[in-house]
Amino acid sequence: MSSIKERADLIKKAAADMGKDTYKNNTSKAGIRRADFKKESPKVVSLEEAIRNCGMKDGMTISFHHHFRGGDKVVNMVVDKLAEMGFKNLSLAASSLQDVHEPLIEHIKNGVITSISTSGMRGKLADAISRGLMEKPVVFRSHGGRGSAIANGDLHIDVAFIGASSSDPLGNALGFSRSENAKSICGSLGYAIPDAQKADKVVVLTDDLVDYPNTPSAISEHQVDYVVVCDSVGDSSKISSGAIRDTKNPRDILLAKEAAKVVINSGYFNDGFSIQTGSGGASLAVVKYIRENMIQQGIKASFALGGITAHMVKLHEEGLIDRLIDVQSFDRAAAESLKKNPNHREVSAIGYASADDPSSATHFLDIVILSALEVDVNFNVNVLVGSDGIIRGAIGGHPDTAADSGISIVVCPLLRGRIPCVVDEVTTLITPGSTVDVVVTEYGIAVNPDRPEIAERLKAAGLNVVDIHALRDRANSVIGKPDPLPFGDKVVGIVMNRDGSVMDVIKNIKA
Amino acid sequence: MELKEAFAGTLESGDIMIQIAPTNQKGLQIELDSSVEYQFGNQIRKVITETLTERGITDAAVKAVDKGALDCTIRARATAAAVRATGVDVWK
Repeated sequence: MSSIKERADLIKKAAADMGKDTYKNNTSKAGIRRADFKKESPKVVSLEEAIRNCGMKDGMTISFHHHFRGGDKVVNMVVDKLAEMGFKNLSLAASSLQDVHEPLIEHIKNGVITSISTSGMRGKLADAISRGLMEKPVVFRSHGGRGSAIANGDLHIDVAFIGASSSDPLGNALGFSRSENAKSICGSLGYAIPDAQKADKVVVLTDDLVDYPNTPSAISEHQVDYVVVCDSVGDSSKISSGAIRDTKNPRDILLAKEAAKVVINSGYFNDGFSIQTGSGGASLAVVKYIRENMIQQGIKASFALGGITAHMVKLHEEGLIDRLIDVQSFDRAAAESLKKNPNHREVSAIGYASADDPSSATHFLDIVILSALEVDVNFNVNVLVGSDGIIRGAIGGHPDTAADSGISIVVCPLLRGRIPCVVDEVTTLITPGSTVDVVVTEYGIAVNPDRPEIAERLKAAGLNVVDIHALRDRANSVIGKPDPLPFGDKVVGIVMNRDGSVMDVIKNIKA
Repeated sequence: MELKEAFAGTLESGDIMIQIAPTNQKGLQIELDSSVEYQFGNQIRKVITETLTERGITDAAVKAVDKGALDCTIRARATAAAVRATGVDVWK
């Protein structure tokens, strides 16, 4: 018979061999009801405390996500606070910026923010930067490119600030809330997930602090250092503002119908196909028009990817799309669906569209329908810089999905007002022509000469397939010859390819 | 030529609003606000000047707010504004 007393020497020896202490029986238990624990944690602090406790210093990189789009309140709230606390020379790494971020202009002038990386920008901030507001050029990355850059260290984040519609005191956070006190909803937090995984410090800001455990969650407590409760992280009514709108424009509807015909006859419209639609009225509306054909032909999609919309949700709930893989909820219906539909799941920017990651969802994408500011005769696309040389858009997942999908279809009108959309050379190169397969305009459909099999299928279906040069000539004949843009010599923006190489630069506009 | 204040056009995308007013100064003073100023500002001024000159208007203060109108639209709006400002109809 062997008792623990007799084994004491052996225990000591085993401990000594392992370099460990022997167990001292001094464990005590806290008798407090665990319900009381669920409501608090030392992580819950004020914004100022969170910034201080993170060890914030001048010159550091802070990051933000843009799931609230035009309704975001976190960027301005945090940068205002950092300015008030006297920080300078900060790098702002946003997944994207919107009109609402106009107050950054003052922070740039005051030296609080001295460099920016983002997918895009709009409004007065974009206008000021296009005219040379910043010393350092803004670095523009696609969503997949940003995910890769965070994963491989090209983009190091010191402190990530993540706006969430609910969080428990430990930091399990979501873009929606399951509680009755929900104040906001943005749906997926996909772009914030790499930040949470890789940033040195992570601060969750929420307008609905809920009891532990707020799981399943998008952001795990294990990645979160501080939780800050604030009045509002975002105005959910503005999620579907900016580029995302449900079109009533008859030309957009015509374009959407034409694009739907391209999808249906492309050779990729088979049972089990997968699809993504980019922002822009026409590209979003295409889903409406392929739905009917899916029902008639008994075709179901395996998944829809990307910016998920109300149209996609409808097809999912009707059983026409099996899964929704959501990096960003484009409207409220999509955000609500993420909350209630078990097969509607969020995905991180890396799992969505990273070029480095062979398992990212774009690699399994059959069809993507995208918009464009400009397409040129070599099928290159610009979605970032307006034809007036002013930054007015975002790269988004455009180059990621175009490169990885089976077929990429760009939908754009021939002219917007007097601005041609089919040109000799795009103002700024965002998506290389080698990855763009079809361009749909109201004056005809151009197919990349590298994809003759697609042109054959579309012609066989009776679609109006034309040479892209003919589209450019048609545009020019209507608008006349534009004067060259008054570009200066300063580089205000750098466009990164998704593989981490530099693809183009944006020069300042003199005015 | 005797002028009164007149305008034609709208602020819709693809249109141009042209306002004509009498002035003591010589020549056409064109104040243009255009969404395509960089690429087409000069061309728009040229079409307005030509059209008004053809209608016999040589001295006037002209305000134009352009939302990407094509030359044909600019000519039509400038003609209509000129007809209203001079009272001389072109269609008769």
